[in-house]
Amino acid sequence: MANLYRDTGIVLRVQKLGEADRIITLLTQKHGKVRAVAKGVRRTSSRFGARLEPFGHVDVQFYPGRSLDVVTQVETLDAFHVSLVGDYSRYTAACAVLETADRLTAEEGEPALRLYLLVTGALRALAAGERDGSLVLDAFLMRAMSIAGWAPAVEECARCGEPGPHRAFNVQAGGVVCANCRPAGSATPSAETLRLLVALLHGEWDVVDALPTGARRDASGLVAAHLQWHMERQLRSLPLVERTARPVDG
Amino acid sequence: MYEGPVQDLIDELGRLPGVGPKSAQRIAFHLLAAEPADIGRLQDALQKVKEGVVFCDVCGNVSAETTCRICRDTRRDVTLICVVEEPKDVLAVERTREFKGRYHVLGGALDPLSGVGPDQLRIRQLLQRIGNQVDGKDVAEIIIATDPNTEGEATATYLVRMLRDFPGLTVTRLASGLPMGGDLEFADELTLGRAMSGRRVV
Repeated sequence: MANLYRDTGIVLRVQKLGEADRIITLLTQKHGKVRAVAKGVRRTSSRFGARLEPFGHVDVQFYPGRSLDVVTQVETLDAFHVSLVGDYSRYTAACAVLETADRLTAEEGEPALRLYLLVTGALRALAAGERDGSLVLDAFLMRAMSIAGWAPAVEECARCGEPGPHRAFNVQAGGVVCANCRPAGSATPSAETLRLLVALLHGEWDVVDALPTGARRDASGLVAAHLQWHMERQLRSLPLVERTARPVDG
Repeated sequence: MYEGPVQDLIDELGRLPGVGPKSAQRIAFHLLAAEPADIGRLQDALQKVKEGVVFCDVCGNVSAETTCRICRDTRRDVTLICVVEEPKDVLAVERTREFKGRYHVLGGALDPLSGVGPDQLRIRQLLQRIGNQVDGKDVAEIIIATDPNTEGEATATYLVRMLRDFPGLTVTRLASGLPMGGDLEFADELTLGRAMSGRRVV
């Protein structure tokens, strides 16, 4: 049993396998994305079934298998799902976080420490429920895109690098564009919306809170368009995110 | 590889859940040796499952007629509705012989990761049922019996939010805790935590 290995990770996705097993997709700290079989977890007698639910932050021991590794032991670090399921809008935002993380890590076993830390941070913020879930999601999406190499240009022009602030935003070009580079059909969001994008990317929450809430919807639209254009696919969970400005659900 | 029809049958059987290539082969050769009458019955059953099964107009459970047997049963309490995810959950609750009300099958749980939102489930039909009287009686209680996993809990939260403004309606959630016949020391901390927070006065 010398080749057992241990890591901490976030459960991104679970799929049913056979009668009572599940395939668990985890984003781990040291081994990147890992897909592993958890045997018998769907039985009520399973000792670690409840720990391997989506959003769970767990300490796991794996046994390397022929095609998929097998989960042998699990310990909960943070049970984010327990508080997330208590609020539907934060739950949907957290689902979009997991799906994005899953899509951005194409290769299994390739370390993705920064993304792991970002996902953990986003889930912790969503579970704490102190900020609008929709804003936490947008901030996460922009930073996750930056880690993946598709950072949206929010200050300098995406084409020529001319320092901003600029007025036009073009999804295909990769962010804001200056008056000279501006392609036809670029969006012209309000100055507050663009300021909000900058603040979200850099985590300037005092600026975010000071900006009018009307800018949030437009900013979310731009972030979603940027994400889905550059990932070349639609996220299934994103249209289902409840974007309400309601502070905390009772 | 076998020739023609035998291999086709093995391939088709192999697509069924829980049937691997070896089991598929064993079933195929069993059918090959079976009496024609037995095969006929199987054929009939397969055909009827697609043509003869409909979903109940009222609760969404699988049924042989437009309204299922449970919804037609006048002895059952119309003021109680138990909300479940799948038709198999109706059977699971029925086996307890504890519940004398009626059901509502949602057809799944809210799972944005698989693209399932409120519009894909039979939530609107549930709200309509609560708004309408049955035999002159209002619905008094909704028992939410979705699975105690992440998706099921999120669905329960969503339903509670939709239902809490109905006047005079009690909304309850299945208790969760320790399985009967189990040991306390082997319970995971989440389940034990739920059992502790949901404890009751005896």
